[in-house]
Amino acid sequence: MRGTTERALPPNEVPQACQHLVEKGARLQMAYAWFPESGGHPEVLYLADQGPYQPFSLLRCRLSEGSDGLPSLATNIPLLGWYEREMTDLCGISFQGHPELRPLVLHEGAHPPIPPLDPRYPKGEMIPYTEEPWDLPPVEGSDVQMLPFGPVRGDVLESAQIVFYYVGEAILHCHPRLFFKHRGMEKRFEGLSPALGTLIAERISGVDSVAHALAFCQAVETASQCEVPERARYLRTILAELERLYNHLHYLGHLCHTTTLKVGEAQGKLLAEQCKQLNGVFTGSRFLRGLLKPGGLRRDLDLRALAARLRALEPDIAGYMAALENTNSHLDRLITTGHLPHQTAFDQGATGPIKRASGIQHDLRCDHPYAAYGRLSMEIPLRTEGDAHARSQVRMEEIRNSLALLLRALEDLPEGPVDTEIAWPTGGEGLGWCEGPRGSIYYCVHFDATGKLARVKVKSASFSNWRVFPFTVHDTNMMDYAINEASFGLTMAGCDR
Amino acid sequence: MPIWTLYGMKRGIATTLWPGKENAKVQPGVLGLPRFQPDRCQDNCRACAEVCLPGAIGIEAGSGDERLTIDYGKCIGCQLCTESCPNDALTKSEDWAFGVQNREDLVWAEALASKPAQELTKNIQKCFGRSLHIRHVDAGSCNGCESELQALNNPYYNLHRLGIFFTPSPRFADLLLVTGSVTYAMRGPLLETYNAMPEPRWVMAMGTCAVSGGATGGGYSCAHGVEGILPVDIYVPGCPPNPAAMIHALLLLLNRAAQFVQGGHLAK
Ligand code: SF4
Ligand code: SF4
Repeated sequence: MRGTTERALPPNEVPQACQHLVEKGARLQMAYAWFPESGGHPEVLYLADQGPYQPFSLLRCRLSEGSDGLPSLATNIPLLGWYEREMTDLCGISFQGHPELRPLVLHEGAHPPIPPLDPRYPKGEMIPYTEEPWDLPPVEGSDVQMLPFGPVRGDVLESAQIVFYYVGEAILHCHPRLFFKHRGMEKRFEGLSPALGTLIAERISGVDSVAHALAFCQAVETASQCEVPERARYLRTILAELERLYNHLHYLGHLCHTTTLKVGEAQGKLLAEQCKQLNGVFTGSRFLRGLLKPGGLRRDLDLRALAARLRALEPDIAGYMAALENTNSHLDRLITTGHLPHQTAFDQGATGPIKRASGIQHDLRCDHPYAAYGRLSMEIPLRTEGDAHARSQVRMEEIRNSLALLLRALEDLPEGPVDTEIAWPTGGEGLGWCEGPRGSIYYCVHFDATGKLARVKVKSASFSNWRVFPFTVHDTNMMDYAINEASFGLTMAGCDR
Repeated sequence: MPIWTLYGMKRGIATTLWPGKENAKVQPGVLGLPRFQPDRCQDNCRACAEVCLPGAIGIEAGSGDERLTIDYGKCIGCQLCTESCPNDALTKSEDWAFGVQNREDLVWAEALASKPAQELTKNIQKCFGRSLHIRHVDAGSCNGCESELQALNNPYYNLHRLGIFFTPSPRFADLLLVTGSVTYAMRGPLLETYNAMPEPRWVMAMGTCAVSGGATGGGYSCAHGVEGILPVDIYVPGCPPNPAAMIHALLLLLNRAAQFVQGGHLAK
């Protein structure tokens, strides 16, 4: 696969090879499977980040006749746990010795005749589903109560269910049941031309439209060995930072909602609204959709007046964040809440601002620059406290940095074309990535012999962070739950896909 | 909390005058669904239909020549058709108020049978005065629609001032507002929520996913929106519909605004 250094291995050598990567300081980023030929055996791929400016490492393992799956790596490399369960549900691959052998992406009661990602799965046929009891951890002790909350929750929230095991105010254990919103998005890419694939990528997670479309387009461009013109690179950077800006402002407003700071909530959401309106005025879409395409941008943008509008917003944003940091009632609810230790963050696969608030210095924009990030200097905020306050501070710092990056990129924005010819490769493969507002996003794109998409794997930031989140909830209390969840800034759509 | 009281007062009123002042521009620059001018359409050109991912553009074999059909209920506003059309038969527009009571009104029709102005079968205004309580259910969205629904309560749109509220319990809700194309796992909870609502109750399909499936309908885990699962009273396409369109649709339900689109045409 272009964009990686790869090695093919037989199943029994995979554990050792992964372990070796980890010992060398690499961090596994995801694993997925696909079916290179219809009716053939699946291939399992493991992607690892080997450090700044190093190529990504890809281990490939083709299963063969008679092989009954792979040894599970989830015990030694816990962040792989969910990826393995996803492969079991969607590709029918078994992982021996997996510590949590229960369905993840497909719910109990969903029984597809063949795995849905098998190319032979009948197109458009819905999985037969009858409700079945859930596989939940058993309750012991007469004082322990179980409370399933959701999937339809208060306010306007995305659907998810959180099962609490609690005694009085104290939460003993938290068991999120997710994937109510699993829409089978990866399958939707199959057979499409990459131009239309971008529209699907934009709809994996609406508030991360640019990040997903960008990672997808870059994967296609890498597979096609296409060089995107300089102006398009800058414009992409600007769009990605505009997305971060409105997301992070909304995040701060929502966090205030959970700490019941009403004016702070109103102000954060108003600032987010103003940013979305800027998006609308300058790009035609409040979600910055319909702009990216493989090869560049669909049309040029006139952003001459944007810098002045951003500068006008800057004092409001700075004043707002300063006021938040001066409000004891708000800070009291955040400090020490939802503590995520460095080691747990690393082992369980935390990403984005969550990981940077727990002392892991990593940002794809700096470590593996794409678009125009390599030409722009930037600082990556880091906190080590790992609590809700640190998570919000990282985001505040990122807001400041985004504004600075935006102004810089607008100043340096070169003239020239915004797209280039691109020929879809037949049978090619490519890796693309992007540091979205919520963390790292990876796309692996496989083409078929006619230049159509054969398989697209989407690794979203929220998939990683939902895996981590419960570790900060066990042994806490009900009062802090909503604040803690808000401090993670998760989406369901991205996680469930 | 004096610092925030002061902060709020200094900030002043941030709310838009719309819909009170009709001409206040709510969404400058935001592209809506494409405008269609069939007389510009060239024979035997299928450029637009080929790029339309959700299949909103169809070719209908008419008497002799082919005719283009557009179903705005399927359109995700991706603008690809406007970019591919060689003759500007499809053009970008800022048209946003596409909320309708009959699904057919979203399908572009050659002739407009002038239908009498529709009253909602159950006169909702009589039932609730001018107030409305909404229970929202996300039945499998991309969260774009939620993001805009959440925006309705920000100080700019300030939905409360119109007497419209989101309520946590379906027992207090008059309107079930559904987003997403309805996944197999959300179908049950969606029906349960509806069944928990007291009568009379209304259902609104918000966003192209909920109206028809849009870009995410079908496949191994999704239905094609709410139709056929619950009786829908108002359809609001758009991917996502912008907040103004959402408010307009809510006012339409309350008989406090007129429907703009009929037979796929904007009212003059
Ligand atoms: S704008 Fe609407 S009609 Fe045009 S291609 Fe996109 S979805 Fe189809
Ligand atoms: S209609 Fe569009 S914005 Fe709304 S949920 Fe569907 S894909 Fe997302």
